[in-house]
Amino acid sequence: MRTDRPNGTAPRSRTTLGLVAALPLVLLAALLLLIVRTDVTRPLRGDAPPVEELAITSVRVTEHGFELSLLNDGPDPVRIAQVLVDEAYWAFAQQPPGELAHLDRARVSIPYPWVHGEAHELRLLTASGITFDHTVEVAVESPRPSARAIGLLALVGIYVGVLPVALGLLWHPALRRLGSKGLDFVMALTLGLLVFLLIDATHEGLEAAGQVASSYQGTVLFFLVGGLGYLGIEAFGGWLSRRPRAADGAWVAALLVAVGIGLHNFGEGLAIGAAIALGEAALGALLIVGFTLHNTTEGLAIVAPLARQRAPLGRLAMLGLIAGAPTIAGAWIGGFVYSPFWSVLFLAVGAGAIAQVIAQIGRGVAGGRALGDYLRSGAVVGGLICGFALMYTTGLLIG
Amino acid sequence: MSSHLTRRSVLRAAGIGSLGAGLGRLAGAEGVTGHAAVDRHGSHLMGVQGTVDTSVFDPAVYLRSWNFSELSPDERDRMYRESRRPDGSMLREYEIIAVDREIEIAPGVYFPAWTYNGQVPGPTLRATEGDRIRIRFVNEGSHPHTMHFHGWHHPSMDGSLVEQQVPPGSQFLYEFDAEPFGLHLYHCHAIPLKRHIHKGLYGVFIVDPRQGRPEADEMVMTMNGFDTNFDGDNEVYAVNTVAHHHMSHPIQVEVGRPVRIYLVNVTEFDPINSFHIHAMFFDVYRTGTRLETSELSDTVMMCQGERAILETTFRYPGKFMFHAHQSEFAELGWMGFFEAVEA
Repeated sequence: MRTDRPNGTAPRSRTTLGLVAALPLVLLAALLLLIVRTDVTRPLRGDAPPVEELAITSVRVTEHGFELSLLNDGPDPVRIAQVLVDEAYWAFAQQPPGELAHLDRARVSIPYPWVHGEAHELRLLTASGITFDHTVEVAVESPRPSARAIGLLALVGIYVGVLPVALGLLWHPALRRLGSKGLDFVMALTLGLLVFLLIDATHEGLEAAGQVASSYQGTVLFFLVGGLGYLGIEAFGGWLSRRPRAADGAWVAALLVAVGIGLHNFGEGLAIGAAIALGEAALGALLIVGFTLHNTTEGLAIVAPLARQRAPLGRLAMLGLIAGAPTIAGAWIGGFVYSPFWSVLFLAVGAGAIAQVIAQIGRGVAGGRALGDYLRSGAVVGGLICGFALMYTTGLLIG
Repeated sequence: MSSHLTRRSVLRAAGIGSLGAGLGRLAGAEGVTGHAAVDRHGSHLMGVQGTVDTSVFDPAVYLRSWNFSELSPDERDRMYRESRRPDGSMLREYEIIAVDREIEIAPGVYFPAWTYNGQVPGPTLRATEGDRIRIRFVNEGSHPHTMHFHGWHHPSMDGSLVEQQVPPGSQFLYEFDAEPFGLHLYHCHAIPLKRHIHKGLYGVFIVDPRQGRPEADEMVMTMNGFDTNFDGDNEVYAVNTVAHHHMSHPIQVEVGRPVRIYLVNVTEFDPINSFHIHAMFFDVYRTGTRLETSELSDTVMMCQGERAILETTFRYPGKFMFHAHQSEFAELGWMGFFEAVEA
């Protein structure tokens, strides 16, 4: 194969190309070796103390005391010399024992007569005297995966996820009787709801990102995984439309909304389960009321694209389960194995999915109109505002 | 790191309703107290884990050493010389060297200390009232330091003014008479003062009355603390530096033999510290400057820099707990045992 190249370089075989491409990598490896071998930062660091970072990734309260999961989040090794509980030196066992190198994990168990419902301060003291603290805000025994715990967490998920969404779906018959202006209003309202959820999920995700060990770069992770979530739903929607027995556009839209909201509710379930696990769940009737109102609007968002369709009860129920049931799974995972890292991932996927659904619905509802014209319509502006306001006011109830 | 669940933060708000109660039960706690496991209350669970390397600094040796009595004769000669003066009093000459040194203050916990002669507290100096003290102070540390003594002396020997600071690599000769009799201390007075003291530059200075004190089993206890993360708060409290050392290594005493404790408070950051002993009482001689006791107590409270001589006699064999009566200090290391045995 011969081509004339303007810059006059000779054509290269694949082997040559491979070698040339590999050259920088080989040189890079040599450079890294040089840096490590000569320890170029030594003169800069002098005899400065080590940079010790220890992330306490989870704390479980057991019948016998506290169980901590640790991650060495810093560049230098960390050795835990002593453990304090409420400003007192206390017995502890570390598994595996010894020094933790960069990104090493360990578990520390502290036998302790904790007091139900009260706060306890945990402190790890390293060999160089640096301290890492964790506050158990309200000491209650962390849920164990017993039948009873699984059942109660599921019940919470049903209350705050499944039932409200299902109730919202019941607006479908009313939607079918709407005129075109009315439909514009309801679809805009749905967009408003989804934009609110997107903002909320982003806020939650970034907050969880702040709790993730810094090596994991929580904020970057959130946006990258969110982008993947967006692309994933985009691909899923495309696949649905291209299937031989492709559902019509309205059903695809409704299904995508349900999937997006389901992913979001999974993240919400994680947070609720985690709050229970962390002993912060003083869940009351008022809160259930708040979640019910808040999440009922999610049901409306799912059926809005179906306003011109007949909707068999079975298919509506399926949509409701897709959107609501993940709350239960989230509550289980959050309750039994909470970690901010997984929260970031799931909240990010949820946020990406919702962003895609917003884009999808936005394209659909504009219905050929220029976006500017669409947004200037009174019904649309009113719907968006009502959507935000609905989420905001029901949000007030749950803090 | 505490969790923040924002939108779900009502989860934290005072809850009402049956679900909240259900979740409480979900946690599996039996009743409100929920502590079936007795082992969690075991007293052996409280306190530091492991033991320190006492080959470097042994609190039990420091306890009963003064004027370098813990050293071999050869080593001692290099640090301390005494000679009688025409008037019968003694000339006592010391070598004190300031050095930076990492010390183990609790098992596995190392503190970057500034020390007199490589130890914290510094060596205990002991003289009789009227003796002449002469100290060649060499600063081999990384910062300017001084020796500031509590006692009568000329202001030029006070080691407290900025111009009296001894720069690294320099030395200074402190010379003064030991008076009044009592229990005193010395410490670095270079600025910033707090840092120089809590990094470890302090020691005990005992001046005996001319006629001496009655025979007793004498021991020096310096109440100190260490701010290991430099947040202005001590992570470790101790008597003689090592947290909870005498919990696992009780101080051995004899039943019926008088005990005299030279107790000095150099705890930084906390205004006061205290000493409490279980199952017995002691006579208190505040600052040790009077030969009559001022009170009989089982607890004595002291301000930073304050000191007292305590005298008592163990009546019974067995283990006697002693600690700061600030429970926080006790649980952070300032706690130990005497073990009294029949002679």
